[in-house]
Amino acid sequence: MGRKAKYNDENRPKKGKGRKDKRQKDPDTVFQIDPKNIQDDEDETKKLSHRQKQRAARRRKKKEEWKEKRKMIKDKKKIKKNEPPMEETEIINNEDVSDDDSDFDSLPDDNYIDNEKTESAEEDLDQTNENMEQDNNEQDMRLNIASQDIFIFPSDDDINNVTSIPEIEARVKDVLLVLSNFKKFREPERSRQEYIALLRKDLCTYFSYNEFLMERIMNIFPLDELMNFLEASETQRPVTIRTNSLKVRRRDLAQALISRGVNVDPVGKWSNVGLVVYSSPVPAASSLLPVIALAPKENERILDLCAAPGGKASHIAALMKNTGVLFANDANKSRVNGIVGNFHRLGITNSIITCYDGRIYSQIMKGFDRVLVDAPCTGTGIISKDPSVKTSKDKVDVQKCFTLQRELLLTAIDCLNTRSSSGGYLVYSTCSILPEENEAVVNYALRKRDVKLVPTGLDFGTEGFVKYRQYRFHPSLNLTRRFYPHTHNMDGFFVAKLKKFSDIIPTSVSQTQEGNAEMMDSN
Amino acid sequence: MKQISEERTKIFFEKLSKYIGSNTKLLIDRPDGMYCFREMNNRVYYAHEYLLKQASNVHPDKLISVGVCFGKFTKSGKFRLHITALHYISPYAQYKIWVKSNAEQQVLYGHNILKSGLARITESTPQYQGVVIYSMSDVPLGFGVTAKCTAECKHADPLTVICFNQSDIGEYIRCEDELL
Repeated sequence: MGRKAKYNDENRPKKGKGRKDKRQKDPDTVFQIDPKNIQDDEDETKKLSHRQKQRAARRRKKKEEWKEKRKMIKDKKKIKKNEPPMEETEIINNEDVSDDDSDFDSLPDDNYIDNEKTESAEEDLDQTNENMEQDNNEQDMRLNIASQDIFIFPSDDDINNVTSIPEIEARVKDVLLVLSNFKKFREPERSRQEYIALLRKDLCTYFSYNEFLMERIMNIFPLDELMNFLEASETQRPVTIRTNSLKVRRRDLAQALISRGVNVDPVGKWSNVGLVVYSSPVPAASSLLPVIALAPKENERILDLCAAPGGKASHIAALMKNTGVLFANDANKSRVNGIVGNFHRLGITNSIITCYDGRIYSQIMKGFDRVLVDAPCTGTGIISKDPSVKTSKDKVDVQKCFTLQRELLLTAIDCLNTRSSSGGYLVYSTCSILPEENEAVVNYALRKRDVKLVPTGLDFGTEGFVKYRQYRFHPSLNLTRRFYPHTHNMDGFFVAKLKKFSDIIPTSVSQTQEGNAEMMDSN
Repeated sequence: MKQISEERTKIFFEKLSKYIGSNTKLLIDRPDGMYCFREMNNRVYYAHEYLLKQASNVHPDKLISVGVCFGKFTKSGKFRLHITALHYISPYAQYKIWVKSNAEQQVLYGHNILKSGLARITESTPQYQGVVIYSMSDVPLGFGVTAKCTAECKHADPLTVICFNQSDIGEYIRCEDELL
């Protein structure tokens, strides 16, 4: 019967050495630094060869000469004030000619000579060289300052005239520089708003975003992180594959792939089924996260409300080891076929695949131990996969998305079983980075149902926003996790884990706070 | 989701026994609970009793799949085994064929197995017998029907067809949308 669920796992005696025994041992030869050896080395260096000794003696001699010379100069400086300068300088010159190195300490003396205007040819050269360097440095400095100061806020015509891409790039850099130290570099009659607007316009042209989305992204990130995010969104994330633990172990899979010339590596300590594919012509690392946060257990009743194409749902089934029941639902009939194919291919036998509108699911079935809502979103976290997001999404799209997400999340909470012994948990995830689709939606659910946020169990990722511009979310929203392409090298993602405490729907509270509740809608 | 009619049950089990013989009853009497075959839209599904009970809440129009699909009844009343049943058929298969690694690709593209691609075959396999096709590393690749018996295979020339391809795991990719 293929790979069966192991019902009597504890009773089975262990056979053989176990697979950890196969692991390569630590190297036998340990390269340690012996303190004795070090001392020997030092002793050896002390033994000088004949020539080295000679050279050392010469060096010593030269040093002494130097000291004498300096003394003389100092003495003469004192005398200089009283006597005419000509003779002394000549002496100095003679001495200076004798050694070629112009020492740092002698610099003030040179200046002194310069004042006297009695330079020998060599000194003249040295002097001019030094002057040249100084001049160059000064010029560089001036240029730097100039390039900073040169940024004059372009006139309206200049802004509207489509300039070349390198010009825009340069302008973006200039504006970023100005904004980094606004007080110093600004033009007094221009406000920060104007600079920001110019930056937004240029970034839109440079990265080809629409103004709406760029504005939202600029609101989320500080300026230095903004550029990192935008650039990270242009490049593809590494392809990650998940080991189907129902059929194969990760080690075996990696071996099979490597023998076929695919270069793979484990994705990280946080997952024991993910493999990163390096050099090969499939789901992303981020789609492992919500399932890890959900932490499904065996013999539970679990619902994946928006399951297509079945990547996360099959991961859940694998963690349940084909026990219990997994309901995989998706509203789109054609996408449901994908779930069917994937589930059968992966050997998942405990699934019921349905095709309901997720928003009415609580009317059909309730009492799930765990629910995963991977809500449909604008996809602003996966711009590198689908660049059309950059131009196609506007305010109405975001509004449609978060309305749907709120409905889905409330339905999912209604589907949860409060009295479940092991569960009562819900994971909400999106592949968007907009707070409207993430924190605001969870915040809405916190007010509308008796649920609380709990730690996701993911120890990396940045905390969710508690404050975002003028909005103040529930303080527990810092338990949610955000993932960015530029910081975590995976798709932009959001994960929140909720626990349901009762079936009570706090209607009265919600009505009194209705004004606050619709803060995002009004935006 | 309904019980399979008596007539269809007979057709279905006849087909199954072509591949796994008397092991069919092992599919039903399992140590981990009651498993049943049920029919929906002419498709036969195999699932745990508990799973079927859970699925009874779902409206038939909205129910896409429960457990594992074994195959479907054609319009002419015959039963056709789907590749999705391979997971359950392969451990009990009575007659097996192993293909060489260079012929593996051909099987996965839906081609028949020629003598040149044949690595091993179960002793005394009769002609027109349902077999499970394996790769050399014992990964089940699909179902087939032998075109020649074992004895004939030995003397056949390299281009003769040994086994007709009925279904292979390449279908998961080739016809993902119409899998069921």
